[in-house]
Amino acid sequence: MEIFNHDSNIPFLGMRKYSIAIALFLMIASVVLIATKGLNYGLDFNGGVSLVVDYDQPVQIADVRAALTKGGLDHAVVQSLGGTREVSIRMQPKDDVAAEKVSGGKVNLDRISDDVLKMLQVTRQDAKLKSHEFISAEVGAELRSDGTVAAVFVILGIMFYLWIRFERRFAIAAVATEVHDVLVTLGILALVQREFDMTVLASVLAVIGYSINDKVVVFDRIRELFRLARKAEPEEILNRSINNTLSRTIITSLFTGITMAALYFFGGPAVHGFAVTMLIGIVVGTLSSIFVASPILLWLGVSKQDLMPVTKENPELARRP
Amino acid sequence: MSDFPRWKYALVALVMLFGVIYALPNAFIPLPAVQVTANRDAPPIDQSVQQKVTAALTAQHVAAGEVSVQGDHLLATFANTDVQKSGADAIKAALGDGYTVAFKLQSTVPGWLRAIGARSMPLGLDLQGGVHFLMQVDENDVIDKQENSYADDIRALLRDKNIRYESVARNAVRGQGIAVILRSADDRAKASDAIANEYTDLLVANGPSTGDRFVLNATVKPEKLRDLSRNTITQNLGTLRNRINALGVSEPLIQQQGDSRIVVELAGVQDPAEAKRLIGATATLQYRAGIGQPGDTAAQQAAQSGNIPPDANLFYMRGSQVPVLVSKRIIVTGNELVDAASGIDQQSGTPKVDVTLNAAGAKKMGDFTNANIGKPMAVVYVERVTETKMVDGKEVRTPKITESVINDATIQGAFSKQFQTTGLASPKEASDLALLLKGGALAAPVDIVEERVIGASLGQDNIDKGFKAVLLGLALVLLAAAIYYKLFGLVADIALFFNLVILLAVMSLIGVTLTMPGVAGIVLTLGMAIDANVLICERVREELRNGSTPHAAIRAGYEKAWSTILDANVTHLIAALALTTMGTGAIKGFGVTLMIGILTSLFTSVTLTHAFTALIHGHRKLKTLSV
Repeated sequence: MEIFNHDSNIPFLGMRKYSIAIALFLMIASVVLIATKGLNYGLDFNGGVSLVVDYDQPVQIADVRAALTKGGLDHAVVQSLGGTREVSIRMQPKDDVAAEKVSGGKVNLDRISDDVLKMLQVTRQDAKLKSHEFISAEVGAELRSDGTVAAVFVILGIMFYLWIRFERRFAIAAVATEVHDVLVTLGILALVQREFDMTVLASVLAVIGYSINDKVVVFDRIRELFRLARKAEPEEILNRSINNTLSRTIITSLFTGITMAALYFFGGPAVHGFAVTMLIGIVVGTLSSIFVASPILLWLGVSKQDLMPVTKENPELARRP
Repeated sequence: MSDFPRWKYALVALVMLFGVIYALPNAFIPLPAVQVTANRDAPPIDQSVQQKVTAALTAQHVAAGEVSVQGDHLLATFANTDVQKSGADAIKAALGDGYTVAFKLQSTVPGWLRAIGARSMPLGLDLQGGVHFLMQVDENDVIDKQENSYADDIRALLRDKNIRYESVARNAVRGQGIAVILRSADDRAKASDAIANEYTDLLVANGPSTGDRFVLNATVKPEKLRDLSRNTITQNLGTLRNRINALGVSEPLIQQQGDSRIVVELAGVQDPAEAKRLIGATATLQYRAGIGQPGDTAAQQAAQSGNIPPDANLFYMRGSQVPVLVSKRIIVTGNELVDAASGIDQQSGTPKVDVTLNAAGAKKMGDFTNANIGKPMAVVYVERVTETKMVDGKEVRTPKITESVINDATIQGAFSKQFQTTGLASPKEASDLALLLKGGALAAPVDIVEERVIGASLGQDNIDKGFKAVLLGLALVLLAAAIYYKLFGLVADIALFFNLVILLAVMSLIGVTLTMPGVAGIVLTLGMAIDANVLICERVREELRNGSTPHAAIRAGYEKAWSTILDANVTHLIAALALTTMGTGAIKGFGVTLMIGILTSLFTSVTLTHAFTALIHGHRKLKTLSV
C-alpha cells in the first residue's frame, strides 16, 4: 500500500519565500503571544496548593466553585479532570486565611486540605480527597531555569553533533528550525492557555528530539544526493531530497501521532498535557522539516564541495595539473 | 545465500530471550502485605507471635491470605489494600508497642526468577500512592543562630578584657555579621585583636568611623556557614532515617538533593498525616545532674525494685538499655547548645565530642559544674511525636514522649562555654553522639517546600490508564504498520513488540522507578521506534523501484538506511540525555526511559528485523517483496 506518489516532485523550494515568511511570522507571533499572554504555568512552576477531589456522584464545576467561594476561597481555580466526578482545585496557600494564621506563616498542607474538604462537604457529603500537594514558589522558579538550561543544552549538543557529522550550514539550519519549532509550540500553548507543567516541559524537550529526527533524515538524503549527483544544482537536489523522504516524514509522523493520540485519550489527566504538546510538536516539526529547514540550508549556500567525503589521497596528486 | 551471519542470529535470539525473562517479573502483581518486626526489647518473632497474629485477624474477621514467619520478621498478605489496612490495625492492637507493623508490597515473583536477578520495576508514587516531601534546610535559621550566639560571645569577651563598647548588635541584613561600636580607635584595635584571636571562625574588619563611633564588623566565615549547613543536612538525614525506620515503611527513599534539600518518598503509606507527624517530630536535649556514680548499682536496683528516688527519673541508655538515674533538675537544654563536633582528644588519643554552649547556657553550666566536680552529669534525649488513634470513631491525639540517656559522664572540672565529653568507645560513637546532640539542639531547621500526597486509588487509576495507553498505542501502530508495509510491516511489528519487552527488561534490571511520565516515555518510544523501520521499508521500496533484485534491495535498504538511522538516533539521544540531567524526578524518569528506549529500538528496529527478514527471504529465490 502506498499513499504517496513516489514520483512526486512538488516544488517545495519554489515556495520558499512564502514558507519562510510564514515561519518568520509564526515565530514572531509566538514570541508576542508568550510575552503578552504568557504561558499558563502550572503548580510545578508557580508553586501553590493543588487538591484532587473525587465525588461519588457527578458534580458541576460551578457548584464546586460556589462552595469554595462560600467558604471564603475566591481565588481557587477549579477544573474538571476528564469526567464529571473528579475535579482539581488549585490555590495559593495564603488564600486560606485561617490556616495561614494557625500555622504562623508556614504552609500547613493538611490543614488547608481539611478546610477545603469541609467547605465542599457542606453541600456535598460525597466529596473525597484523592491527592493533595504543595510546592513552594522557589522550587518552581528553579524548575523554570533548569528547563531553559536543558533546552539550550539540547540545542547546542545537537548543533555540535551535526557540525561534526555533516557541516556547519546543516548545523545552523537545523538549530534555526529547532528554535522555530520550540517557539511555535510554546506559542500555541500560550495561545490556547494550556497548563504548562513539568510533563509539558518534558514534552517540549522531547519535541526538540523528535523534530531533529525529521530534519536529520532529510539532511542525510541531501548529503547523499549531492555526493551522487554529477551536476549538482542545489535547489533541485534539496527539492528532490524532500520529495524522496516525504513519504517517510509523513508516515512516521502519523505513527508517532497515533501513539500520542492513544496516550491522550486513554492515559488519563496525568499525561494529557504531555500528549497534547507532543501532538502540536509533531505537526510543527513535520511542517518545518518540509518547508523551513531546507530553504534555510539553500539560503546559507550549501554546495557539493562541502559535502564530499574528505579523501585521503596523496596531496601530491592534487597539486598536479 | 544469506548475508546475515550466524552469530548475529544467535545474538538476536539471546537478546529476545533475555528480554522475555527479565521483563517477566513485571507480570506478577505484588500482594499488599503487612510486615511485623520485633523492636529491640521485645521477644523475637516466632511461632507464638504468628499464632497471636492469626488469632487477632480471625477475631476481627479480617481475611488474610497467608501469615508466615520469614527469618526475623512476620509477613501477612491480604487481598487488597482495604483489608491490608484493617489487618494492620488488628495486628497492631494485638501485639502492642514492642513490634513495628509496616505496610509492604510483597513480591510474588517466583524464586527462580529472583535467583537470576530478575525483579519487577519499582513503582513511583504516582502509580502506587504515597507521600513525597521535599525539605529545605533553613539556612537563615543556621545563620541567625550563629550570629546571635557570636554577638553574645563578643559582648562577654569585651567585658572580660575590659574593653569599653557602645553596642554589639547584629547587622540589619542577615549574614552581614555583627557590628561592634567602640569609643576609640585604640579600643577598636584591641577589640579586633581579641575577637580575631578568640574566634577563628570570624572575619574581623574595620567599618566606617564617625566622630566617636568606631565600627568593627565581625562576619562568620562563609566556609564555616557552608560547613554548618552541610552538617545540618547530614544530621537531618540521619535523624529522618531513624524516625522513618521506626515508622516501618518497607522501602523508604531518603536522599539529599542539591546542597540544601532532602527528598523523602514513602510509597504505599496509607496514613500520610502520621508520616508527616513523625518526620516533623521535634527532639530536644537536656543536660541533667546525675545521681550517684555513672554505672553504679543504685540504678539497677531502682530498675528492679521500681523504687525511684522522688527527685530522680529512671531512664535507659540509648542502644544498650542500661538503666540510669538522673536528677529531675535540668541544667541546660538543647536550645542553648550552639555546636557539637566529634574529634580525637589530643592528650588521651580517645574519641571525644566538643560541645559549645551560648552565653546563657555557659553561665548556668559554669555555676553547676563549679559546685559539682566529680559528680555525674547525663544528657537526656527527648523525642516528642504526636500519635493519632481512632477511638470510637473519633481521632484522639496523644503526644508520645520518649526519653533516653545518650551520655552519662563524670564532671572532671569546672567548665562553662566549651567543654568536651571524652572516654567514648569509638570514633563512630563520638560522631553519633555529636549528631544526636545537634539533632536535639536544632528544633526546626527544615522547611517542607514540596509535599505531595497521592491516594492509593489514584495510583491504581494511573496504572490502569497507563497500561491501557501503552497497549492501545502499541496495537494501533502494529496494525498501521502491517497494513502499510505488509510482510515487512509484520516483521517491524515483531521488532516493536520486542522493543517494548526489552525496554521493560532493561528498566527492571537497572531498577528504574516507573512513573507516569515514564509511561509517556514508553509510549513515545514505541511511536518513534517504528521510524527506523519506516526508513528501511521506504528504502527497500525505492531500491525495488530503481530496478534492484529483491535480495539486493533488502541489502541496500538496510545499508543505506543505517547511517540515517544512526544520525537521527544520536541527535535524539542528545535530547534524552539533557532530560536526564534535569534534577527533578518526574522529568528524569521520562528522560531515562526515553534514552533506554532509543538504545533498545536501535537494536530491535535494525538488527532484529534484519535477522527476521533474512530468515524469511534468505534461502528463497524471490521475484517480489511484500513491502
